[in-house]
Amino acid sequence: MSMTQAGFAHEGAQETNYLQAKKGLMSWLYTVDHKRIGVMYLASVLSTFLLGGVMALLVRAELFTAGETIMGADTYNRVFTLHGLVMVFLFIIPAIPAAMGNFVLPLMLGAKDVAFPRLNLASFYVYCVGTVMALYAVVAGGVDTGWTFYTPYSASVNGPVVMMTMAAFVLGFSSIFTGLNFIVTVHKMRAPGLTWGRLPLMVWALYATSIIQVMATPVLGITLLLLAMERVLHVGIFDPAMGGDPVLFQHFFWFYSHPAVYIMILPGMGIMSELVTTFSRKTIFGYRAIALSSIAIAVISFLVWGHHMFVSGQSVYAGMIFSFLTFLVAIPSAIKVLNWTATLYKGSISLAAPMQWALQFLILFTIGGLTGIFLGTLGTDVHLHDTYFVVAHFHYVMVGGTVTAFVGGLHYWWPKMFGRMYNEKLATVSSILFFIGFNVTFFTQFVMGSQGMPRRYYNYVEKFQTLHQISTMGTWLIGAAFLLMAGYLIASLKSGAKAPANPWGARSLEWAIQSPPIEHNFHEIPTVQEGPYEYPTTVGPAKH
Amino acid sequence: MASSGSFWMPEQGSTIAADVDTLFDFIYYLNVIFFVLITAATIYFVVKYKRKSDDQLASSNVGHNTALEAAWTFVPLVLVIICFVWGFRVFLDQSVAPANALEVQVKAEKWKWNFQYSNGSQTLNELFAPAGRPVKLVMSSKDVLHSFFVPNFRIKSDVVPNRYTSVWFEAKEPGDYQIYCTEYCGTGHSSMLATVKVLPAEEFDKAMLKGEWPGQSGEGRDPVEWGKELYVSKTCNACHSVDGSRLVGPSFKGLFGKDEKMTDGATVKVDENYIRESIMDPNAKIVEGYAPAMPSFAGQLSDGQTDALIAYIKSLK
Repeated sequence: MSMTQAGFAHEGAQETNYLQAKKGLMSWLYTVDHKRIGVMYLASVLSTFLLGGVMALLVRAELFTAGETIMGADTYNRVFTLHGLVMVFLFIIPAIPAAMGNFVLPLMLGAKDVAFPRLNLASFYVYCVGTVMALYAVVAGGVDTGWTFYTPYSASVNGPVVMMTMAAFVLGFSSIFTGLNFIVTVHKMRAPGLTWGRLPLMVWALYATSIIQVMATPVLGITLLLLAMERVLHVGIFDPAMGGDPVLFQHFFWFYSHPAVYIMILPGMGIMSELVTTFSRKTIFGYRAIALSSIAIAVISFLVWGHHMFVSGQSVYAGMIFSFLTFLVAIPSAIKVLNWTATLYKGSISLAAPMQWALQFLILFTIGGLTGIFLGTLGTDVHLHDTYFVVAHFHYVMVGGTVTAFVGGLHYWWPKMFGRMYNEKLATVSSILFFIGFNVTFFTQFVMGSQGMPRRYYNYVEKFQTLHQISTMGTWLIGAAFLLMAGYLIASLKSGAKAPANPWGARSLEWAIQSPPIEHNFHEIPTVQEGPYEYPTTVGPAKH
Repeated sequence: MASSGSFWMPEQGSTIAADVDTLFDFIYYLNVIFFVLITAATIYFVVKYKRKSDDQLASSNVGHNTALEAAWTFVPLVLVIICFVWGFRVFLDQSVAPANALEVQVKAEKWKWNFQYSNGSQTLNELFAPAGRPVKLVMSSKDVLHSFFVPNFRIKSDVVPNRYTSVWFEAKEPGDYQIYCTEYCGTGHSSMLATVKVLPAEEFDKAMLKGEWPGQSGEGRDPVEWGKELYVSKTCNACHSVDGSRLVGPSFKGLFGKDEKMTDGATVKVDENYIRESIMDPNAKIVEGYAPAMPSFAGQLSDGQTDALIAYIKSLK
């Protein structure tokens, strides 16, 4: 991106960066610098990812044999619940928007910070409070309802379910704060010349995500509050024993949680657009289609919740309408995948670590998306609902999609965040290990599911033993991939080569400033004169 | 069996299974075609346009192509609309039972399935059905959500308290078909299994007239062996171990002849009558340290089955 030179440091003269600007623990705890808050979020979500990942390994280890392998049924039920809760509420929802979004959004906009820096810090502390409450619920005896808290089961079991639901409620506020902050920042703090049509697609994705966060999260809050009221005050809302309607809870829950699926995947799609263009040195194919499809997804995602309930006893006609709307929301996602693939055409393609993860995303997310057609189709969903087929489908989307995008983004912005390069060879080994391990773990689950293996089962019938064992072995490869990654990333902080301002040759604003950036990002607010993907080519400048 | 099942789907046991599988196959081929196209294009582009020198530039500057974009919006849209319409038609067939279907009442509770027939008889965790005739299940739950799933029949429906839901099937051939609970319901969720026992139609009619189902008399069987089977098939195993470990209820190991302390302070010696009472009227006496969580099995076990269970518990020294 060409721009006025005044805003940037001169090459070679490293100035005091945001990590060095202030010293001591207090300088972090009281910081309102979006970059430091992003880094604190990053440390938190990586810790929760580790916790959720260990739970996943335990779940799969238990399923290595039918019956008791390493734990009893009640322990198993708590462990899989914890895996889901931690991964959804503590890791994947805040992972990209709060950790990476916080770091890069103001940089991409040419701004010195987000619109409300104090609210940003508050969001982090609210997240911490929610996390502590959730972990307390675990220590105090565990919750075994599954991450979906379906009533009347969740209203009837012992254990600190109320504490856990309140934790999810508090975490919801943290999302709302971040979402609100991003919406205002994108509207009000864009650098001169940075029109909506020149925004990096990561910004569009974060913007669409924020809209969902602000609009959907209150519904989760209301639902969980009603659930807590029922538990504590015995007001019959969902529990049939008190005159409530158990299916009502599912409507409330999915009214939030389906849009939340897009809170999880949209930011990952944003990262994809940055990675594919940077590592192909080419303008994005279909900028407008990708930007608008994010907004289309944000809107339609509110209208498809009933597809989680085709066999819940809801009416056949409700099923019909939700099935139709579900197919409509599939189209914008398909368009994005095809646009990314087309962007590769005649590019100058580098297979650096971030791109390896982007290519994995393309393949794995395609499988996740396509297998969704089986589940959106009423006739086949009846058979596949609540089986391992569904488990495999959403892991291909959430892990194969969001987590690979998160890891790709982490490798992409790592040099910007910490000013160090990591070991590319080890990064390649890690991404290959993950790709194999992931498919071994979850492809087998598609087969088990369509053969009839129900989800959330502690025990299983003999015919599934072999597939379960293969699946479990896959998780060991995934575990090894992440262990290796943790190793070389931590090592890079100490001994990695110093990162230049723009190691990948990318064009958006965050790469025009030194790595790591100075505390206030830009000495002077830059003036933007062209779009974010204007790479020179052998046939002249990009045409739109 | 009509078909032995495929790599993806279990064998087809009901009349609608073939329709579901044809639809499944259609979507599967769509999946394969699109996956191969996208993956092949990705791999081809990556190999062909791989950067060979650090300063190599892209050789295209095309930012969009209206015709291509319209095509890849329109074609998938048409295809998913086909899936939608086809899927809805199959769903209607799955949802609407033929008017002449035989009705069976299903009661689900943690962690067992009870089936009640029009002749007044009941069976536990075994659903008897005639081959070649439609059967409609009218289901409800006594406690939390459960879900009734028979993979071979391609049918599933949640079972909800205070509300009736239904599924129907017409089994093609006599045989045993697995029933799973597919809505998470706690400790014994994965042991909440049952079997559809499809009988030839004449045999089914005879049993209905007589009011006694195959396997209920246990004639000429070793009671301990039979009891051991019933321990699993009637889901006693969801709450009672046979190795001494503590589950929801007391373990059966070494139970017979033991003195048990009750919540009301009394001590009871475990004998045949105590076990029988505990099965039929479980809340009459509660062993200290346990919750009154067990449902009654009265009317759901024949005398022969109860005897066999007692014989089995006796054998667990």
